[in-house]
Amino acid sequence: MKLTMNYRETEGSSTGFWVLVGGLALLIALAGGATLFMEHEGHYVTGMNNQIVWGMPHVFAIFLIVAASGALNVASIGTVFGKPLYKPLGRLSGLLAVALLLGGLVVLVLDLGRPDRLIVAMTYYNFKSIFAWNIILYNGFIAITVVYLWMMMERRMNKYYRPAGFVAFVWRLILTTGTGSIFGFLVARQAYDAAILAPMFVIMSFAYGLAVFILVLMASYNWTQRPLGDAIVRRLKNLLGVFIAAVLYFVTVYHLTNLYATEHHGVERFILLDGGIYTKLFWIVQIGLGSLLPLAMLYHPTLGKSRPAIATAAALVIVGAFAQLYVILIGGQAYPLEIFPGYEVLSSGFFDGQIGTYSPSIWEITLGVGGVALALMIVTIAVRVLRFLPETLADAAVDPHAPVS
Amino acid sequence: MSEPSTLADAARRNFLAKAGVATGAAVMAPGLFLSVSTASARPADQPVTSEKRWGILVDTTKCASDCNDCVTACENENGWGSSEPNSSAEQKAHWIRSVKIRNKSTGFTKTLPMMCQHCEHPPCVDVCPTGASFRRADGIVLVDKHICIGCRYCMMACPYKARSFVHEALHDQKPWAPRGKGTVESCTMCDHLVDKGEKPACVQACSSALTFGDLYDENSEISQAMKAKDSVEIRADLDLNTGVRYRGI
Amino acid sequence: MSHRSPASRILALLLLLLPLAATADSEGEAEKEALPFSDLSFPEPARHFSAEQKCVQPVEEMRKNHMNYILHQRDETVHEGIRTRRYALEECVNCHTAQDDKGKYIPINAPDQFCYSCHSYASVKIDCFECHATKPVRPSTLQTPASTTSSTNSDKLSNDIRQLLASEGPAQ
Repeated sequence: MKLTMNYRETEGSSTGFWVLVGGLALLIALAGGATLFMEHEGHYVTGMNNQIVWGMPHVFAIFLIVAASGALNVASIGTVFGKPLYKPLGRLSGLLAVALLLGGLVVLVLDLGRPDRLIVAMTYYNFKSIFAWNIILYNGFIAITVVYLWMMMERRMNKYYRPAGFVAFVWRLILTTGTGSIFGFLVARQAYDAAILAPMFVIMSFAYGLAVFILVLMASYNWTQRPLGDAIVRRLKNLLGVFIAAVLYFVTVYHLTNLYATEHHGVERFILLDGGIYTKLFWIVQIGLGSLLPLAMLYHPTLGKSRPAIATAAALVIVGAFAQLYVILIGGQAYPLEIFPGYEVLSSGFFDGQIGTYSPSIWEITLGVGGVALALMIVTIAVRVLRFLPETLADAAVDPHAPVS
Repeated sequence: MSEPSTLADAARRNFLAKAGVATGAAVMAPGLFLSVSTASARPADQPVTSEKRWGILVDTTKCASDCNDCVTACENENGWGSSEPNSSAEQKAHWIRSVKIRNKSTGFTKTLPMMCQHCEHPPCVDVCPTGASFRRADGIVLVDKHICIGCRYCMMACPYKARSFVHEALHDQKPWAPRGKGTVESCTMCDHLVDKGEKPACVQACSSALTFGDLYDENSEISQAMKAKDSVEIRADLDLNTGVRYRGI
Repeated sequence: MSHRSPASRILALLLLLLPLAATADSEGEAEKEALPFSDLSFPEPARHFSAEQKCVQPVEEMRKNHMNYILHQRDETVHEGIRTRRYALEECVNCHTAQDDKGKYIPINAPDQFCYSCHSYASVKIDCFECHATKPVRPSTLQTPASTTSSTNSDKLSNDIRQLLASEGPAQ
């Protein structure tokens, strides 16, 4: 069964297009300025310190990297699981995946203490380091996804796109496992050192990536006045609901496991009860605004059919995602290391036993936002110059049960 | 590793081959060798080997409650402490710190120095993407700042909070302790002193509580002391086999 | 022009590059007469390595390959604890740092000083001195034999003594 689907570049001449491109370019330029400032002065101008060593840039970077892998899901469902409805979305899915990953990597690299030594990161490898594997996984992901896209878009190569899609699917699962393991393999810290973090990151990527995909799809079809039928939107929003619920399940299991072990009671108390900003972010933003509210909206009998409500729900999932990553990353570091079990620290030359303090600086946030802007810029330019978007995604055009033309 | 310079390699091989001849020369001109340090010191041109493993034993029963001598000695020797005027207290580097702890159930109070524990299986070495964080053959855990990219993953991994990231440009570093903006650093066990047969600065400053020596040498002072009385690793549950051991906690 | 095959393009490219290769050769020959950067002026070193030799290797060799010696020494010192002084960066600084009128040391990485006068001329960025000391802090331990002894010994032997001395000095 094969539907004829015409893909076409976007017009890219309207005022709206140039406003979008200009706005994104401005954000990217600001991020460039912030980076130059941080690198020239040193990291003392940021909120990061020797207690909270990873800050806002890492929250943005890991969001983008995790979402990148999840954004490819839509293509995988079409190719690997053979769902025809998703096939027209495959090109945008692959493009978004590459763009988000590049955005995330740029943020990660520009926050390094020595970004000028990127070549060292590419030439010296310690193969026991999860970080080193991730460098390979990220580069491989981009290469594989580009090949996958090429096989989707080049008619002569179409016959190979299924195996390419399968490789990309497996690779992205490994990639997000690697990202989750950055934390999962850390024996030192109470909040990490858990095997469940790897699969949890995979599920998080499903939700984050799909939320971004839904927003980009709706925005691009709305702004280019192309038809986007209810069939696709309904299918995607139901899937998003499933993914949100799955993330909630993993979060629950993670915390229940920790709550059972006495040695983790301290960190659980910190995150769930008296951690101040982290507790608020966890319950109000991650669980309330980022999970339960969008879940209710997506499955609500009337709201679930409203496009603005679906878009809002997807946006809330992204807001919740940032809260979740902030709690995992910053909260996990803020809770003090348990260096002397059974002892309490009376005084210390370097803040032992104290909650780490962190307030993100404007420079870090600007850099992170710049990464998001770069990802969106890549998508905007790519759909303008290459045929990523189907001319129509109206129900009749995508319905797999419609007669083949 | 980086590409070795064949020139210098050749020069070194050449030198080693002629070491015998040169030793003969030494006999001929004995007055020239006055500057050689302690007899046990490894020759400067010989690499460290895994036949030794350097360690420090901290006897916390000898640590006075508000004593900071080892910390001050380290600051003076390695040039950290007052070199970062722009950094906040939490951003400043620390190679060694004094910690006062109290047993939660008994109220027993202790002061002890905390620094890089020079693990046999260091988590910071495992996670470093470039191999900049490494363990020298003689057990000293170091950062090769030439290939450190400043990702701070080692700081996430270290169970002892022993590592610091340099948050601003530095000036007037000590020639024997290079350190700079954007790279990670920690206690080097004063490898520059150890390499010429001396003890680390902290041990020199406090010989009552700190013992330095070769853990593999049964007859060394540190091995004898550890054999005579009990000592523990901090976070022994992690099974990292630390080179720094504590007595009295 | 528009119908050129890839092969002819490559050929054209090679032809374009040919004169460059020729100049590279002729430069190599010219080197024997004039050292590279010999039109630059920089502070004189505080002392010479020996009566016969100004630097730790012949000056031509150092100008071309100092980075290899330093790089090699760097890895050996950091990873293997080898503390020979002959190619230690600290000894470069000890010798090549100039003093101002009042006898105070000028950082070796100042724009007109030893390292940067050449490096800015050649547009090669170095980051040694973001971490390494830029002024002498302790006396040099890079010792050289008195030149008078060489009359009785063969050149080879004196070279060996020199090397041994360089390596056996109190290293830090």
